[in-house]
Amino acid sequence: MAFYIARRLLLALPALLGLVFLTFVLSRVIPGDPAATLAGDAATPAQLAEIRAQYGLDRPILEQAVIHVRQVLTGDFGRSVFSGRPVAEEIAQRLPATLELTFAALLLSTLLGVPLGLVAALNHNGPVDHLVRVLSVGGLAMASFWLAIMLQLFFSMELDILPLRGRVDVEIGMPPLRTGLVLLDSLLAGRGDIFVDGALHLVLPAVTLCLPGLATIARFTRSGVLETLQKDFVLYARAAGYGRVRLAAIYVLRNAVNMVVTQIGLLFGALISGAVAVEAIFDWPGLGTYAVQAILSADYKALLAVTLVVGVVYAVVNVLVDVAQALIDPRVAEDAR
Amino acid sequence: MSIPVLQVQGLDVELRSERGVARILQDVTFTIPRGGTVGIVGESGCGKSTLLRAVLGILPKGAETPRGAILFDGQDILTDHAASARGRIGFVPQDPYLSLNPVFRAGDQILEIMRRHAPGSRADHKRKIVELFRAVQLPDPEGALRKYPHQFSGGQRQRLLIAAALACDPALVVADEPTTALDVTTQREILALLRRLVAERGLSLLFVTHDFGVLASVCQEVTVLYAGRVAESGPVRAVLDTPRHPYTRMLLACHPDRAADLAGIPGTVPAATAQPSGCRFHPRCPLAQPSCAAAAPPMQALGEGRAVACPWYETPLPETALA
Repeated sequence: MAFYIARRLLLALPALLGLVFLTFVLSRVIPGDPAATLAGDAATPAQLAEIRAQYGLDRPILEQAVIHVRQVLTGDFGRSVFSGRPVAEEIAQRLPATLELTFAALLLSTLLGVPLGLVAALNHNGPVDHLVRVLSVGGLAMASFWLAIMLQLFFSMELDILPLRGRVDVEIGMPPLRTGLVLLDSLLAGRGDIFVDGALHLVLPAVTLCLPGLATIARFTRSGVLETLQKDFVLYARAAGYGRVRLAAIYVLRNAVNMVVTQIGLLFGALISGAVAVEAIFDWPGLGTYAVQAILSADYKALLAVTLVVGVVYAVVNVLVDVAQALIDPRVAEDAR
Repeated sequence: MSIPVLQVQGLDVELRSERGVARILQDVTFTIPRGGTVGIVGESGCGKSTLLRAVLGILPKGAETPRGAILFDGQDILTDHAASARGRIGFVPQDPYLSLNPVFRAGDQILEIMRRHAPGSRADHKRKIVELFRAVQLPDPEGALRKYPHQFSGGQRQRLLIAAALACDPALVVADEPTTALDVTTQREILALLRRLVAERGLSLLFVTHDFGVLASVCQEVTVLYAGRVAESGPVRAVLDTPRHPYTRMLLACHPDRAADLAGIPGTVPAATAQPSGCRFHPRCPLAQPSCAAAAPPMQALGEGRAVACPWYETPLPETALA
C-alpha cells in the first residue's frame, strides 16, 4: 500500500512540472502586453522599455522560462501587476476560502448523491428512480448563476433566513486566522457564534455549487449499484442469508462506489471552475473572484499563479482518489504493480 | 422415523414477464431424508436453477407466487422463507470465481453469514471458520481468513465456499453444479471433498447438475427433470443401470462414455413459454402415442423407491431413436 501511494505521488510530479511549463507558454500567447497594462495608456516607449526590463520581459524567452520555473519552485509567483503585492501572499489569503467552499460542496454532493443513487437503483424504474432522474438531469442542466440569484432572492431577500453574501457577518468578524478555514478556525478559537455564522454563510454558495456534482454522483451511484446487483455474488449473498439493509448499503455499495470515486476526482476540477461564477455572485473572497479580477486587469502573474495552484490542488485530489480506490478495492493496488 | 429434511411437494413455479407466462416448474415432488443425498439432473433450461432458488428462498422477480409446498424440517418455507431457515440451508454456488465479493476479505464474508445465523461471539466464529478451512483442506487456514478472494485459486475458492456453506451447521447443503467452472483435476478433488464431508458429517445434500457422472459420484438418489417436470426418480445406481423413462434412456444413451458414436436426442427442449400439452417430452419421444399429448402421465411407483412418469417404460426404444 505504501508502495502504491509513493508511486502515485511520483507519477503526479511530471504532471505538475508539465503544468509549470504550460502556464508559462500560455502566458506568452495570451493577447495583451502586460507591460502596456502596467504602464498605462499614456506611457512613452522609454517607460515601457523600463518596465519590460524591470519585469525581465526583455530577456530571451528560454531564460524567462527558466527563471519562471525556478521562481515557481521556490514559491515565488512575483508581484501582482494590479495591486503590487506578492501574488503568493494574495493567493494564500484566498485559497482557504475556495477550498472551504469546494469541499463543502463536494461533501454535500457526496452525502446526498450516493444515498439518492442507491435508493434510485433499489427502486429501479419506480417512482423514486424517476424522481432522482429528473433531479439529476435538472441539476446538470441548471445554470449555476441563475440558481444562485434565485436562491438569494428567495432565502435572503424574501425569507431573510440566510445571509446574502460574504463569509461572515461584518459585525461578528473573522476568527483569528490559523488555517484560513472559517469553520475550523472558529472552532479552534472556541467561537461557536462565528462557526454558526460561517456555516450559514456557506449554505447558499455550497448548495449552488454542489448541484452538478450531486447529479453526477447520484447517476453514477445508481448505475454502479444496478450493475453490481446483477453480479453472482449478490445472489450468493442473498442465498447465504445476508441482511437486506447490510447487503445493499455495504456489500453492494462498496463495489458500486469505486466508479463514483473516480468521478469525484474529475468533479473537483469542475467544482473549482464552477466556483468562479458562484464566488462572484456571493462575493466570496476566494480564488474565483481573484481570478476574475486578474483576467479583467490582464494581471498575468496572478493568473499564472491561480492556474498553478488549482493544478496542484487537482493533482493532490487525484492522488487522494487513487488511494481511496485502493482502499476500497484491494485489487487496484495490486494491479498497479 | 424422523421427518425428512426437505420435502418438495407439487411445486409449481411460473415466471411472469412481458413475453408471457413461463411455466418453469410443474408438479415437482421429491424428498430428501435426513442424511440423504439427492441429485437433480437435467439439461439446461429444465428448471434446475429455479428449483434451487425456490429452496433457497430467492425466486426471481415475476415468480413470486409459486404453488405447492417446500417443507424444510417440516416447516413450509416456500411462501414465507423464515429467517431461521437461512443459514440452516448451506449453499455451494456454481461459479466460485463470481460468487465472492471481490472487495471484501473472504473471512469477513463468511463471518457476516455467521453473525446473522450462528450463535456465539465473533471470536468463536473465527475459530469455527479456521477449523472448517482445515476440514476443506485450504492451505494456511489462519492466513486465509485475512485474504481477499482474488488471492485464492478457483479450487481454493470452491473449498472456501464449501466451508462457508457449513459455517452455520446447516441441516441441508444445497450445491449448484459446484464443479462446472473448474478444470477436471480440481473437479475430482472437490467431488472427493464433498463425498468425504457428507460421509463424515452425515450431511443432507441437494445436488444439482447436468452431469450423470458427477451425480453418481456424490448422490444416492436422483430425480430427473425434463422441461420443468419430474420424468423419473429413484436410487442413482438403479436409474443409471436400467433407466425407465424414454428421456432418461435416450439421455444416457447419448452420454459420450456409453454411445458408440456421438448422437443426440432429436429436437430441442421446448421454450418455457411454449410448453407442449400432456407429456412435455412427447414431441421428441419415439414411443409417443396420441394419449401422451392429451394429458400428462402421472408418476407410477415401480418399487425399490423408483417412480417414472411414463406408461411405456417397459417398451424398448426403436434402434433409430437417436439422431
